[in-house]
Amino acid sequence: MLLAEGLRHAFGAVRALDDISFALHAGQTLAVFGPNGAGKTTLLKVLAGLIQPRAGRAHIEGGRGAVGWIGHQPQLYGHLTVRENLRFWGSLYDVPAAEQSRRETDLLSRLDLHAHAERPVRALSRGLVQRVAIARALIHDPRVLLLDEPFTGLDRTAAEEFRRLLAGQTADRGGRVTVLVTHNVEEGTELATDVAFMRAGRFVELAPRAGRGAAAIADAYRRAVTGG
Amino acid sequence: MWRHAWRLARKDLLIEFRSRTAILSAVVFTVLVLMVFNFGRDPTAVAAVDLAPSILWVTFTFAAMLALNRAFQLELENQALDGLLLAPVSRSSIYLGKLIANLVFVGTVEAVGLPLFALFFNVRITPVLGPLVVVIALATIGFVAVGTLFSAMTGRTRFAELLLPVLLLPFMLPPLIWAVLATAALLAGRPLSEATGWLRLLAAFDIVFVTLAFVLFPATVSE
Repeated sequence: MLLAEGLRHAFGAVRALDDISFALHAGQTLAVFGPNGAGKTTLLKVLAGLIQPRAGRAHIEGGRGAVGWIGHQPQLYGHLTVRENLRFWGSLYDVPAAEQSRRETDLLSRLDLHAHAERPVRALSRGLVQRVAIARALIHDPRVLLLDEPFTGLDRTAAEEFRRLLAGQTADRGGRVTVLVTHNVEEGTELATDVAFMRAGRFVELAPRAGRGAAAIADAYRRAVTGG
Repeated sequence: MWRHAWRLARKDLLIEFRSRTAILSAVVFTVLVLMVFNFGRDPTAVAAVDLAPSILWVTFTFAAMLALNRAFQLELENQALDGLLLAPVSRSSIYLGKLIANLVFVGTVEAVGLPLFALFFNVRITPVLGPLVVVIALATIGFVAVGTLFSAMTGRTRFAELLLPVLLLPFMLPPLIWAVLATAALLAGRPLSEATGWLRLLAAFDIVFVTLAFVLFPATVSE
């Protein structure tokens, strides 16, 4: 479970978060849409505990060790191989050796990375690196997945492939809570069970997706955020 | 804490072993500086044993700077630092891991530099090798401890490579002066008791600054 209560934060005079509250339960995926500078990344960093909010609190069941993060930067070491990266990140979460080995095999297989396991990350294409980033984020089997503009820098085909893989990962673990932030409505809609529109640090709308497709969500977003 | 610190240090050393960028630069730099000082000095004007301690420490200091500059650059590529901060690892473990890796790195450069120094300057280090290693170890721990902290502070700035020496060198002056004086006493063949005062000061510097760096490090990586 993930709980945000009255989160407020500012950078100098700029309000980044203004009274953000929501609760997500097992199986829910919240997509937060908003223009650049709306406070989306700050929200994720506060949820992850990377930023201490000025007011309010964020609670994640299981604490910091229960969070997996996928951003537009892969948080990987280019000189280490795919397997060495997974092993290193798993070791920081104290994943037992046998379990680590099982998860490595499972993730490499599910993400179709087996052929690249012994290659250094810097020798891989951008699309493959993003797949390794998913494996890295899932190696400790997190209960909460935070996704920060994960499609940035990917071409249309790679983004589509990445979306399919993410959908598989969020569905595979029914108990997982996911928060995805992006400025692109088309990118995140089909992964979401709930959507929020964010402007100037505030949620201007937070509602279940209720079967709405990308076009309907894009319309609602335009009305709520730009007034158009 | 030690377990995570060791895993971080091992990762850094493995990456350095693979890329060999900083270690090669530091070793080449050490060899070049020692050669320049060796061939650029007038042996009839100043005795080698009087000049050698300062040259040794100038060389080690700037070679160490190369390692320290790289320590956090590694974590900023692909925003790996955010991943470390997200993991259930204490900030102190991250500092300790970086400190261990930097000490191994600088120690390796010094292990290569010391025999070359003895060769170029024709100073006999074998009779005082034990105490000399203690001086080098104590001084290295002090400036690498402070340097690791400052490299975390400057790593996210635009002019990290310029800022690090500007911030670090004033802090390094006391241990460097004590290290030069202790090295000079040892190489001149004076009794060990003449160097123990400097050794005590170096040990005190290490205790104070390793503790301070430990306490201050979490604040340097927080947003």
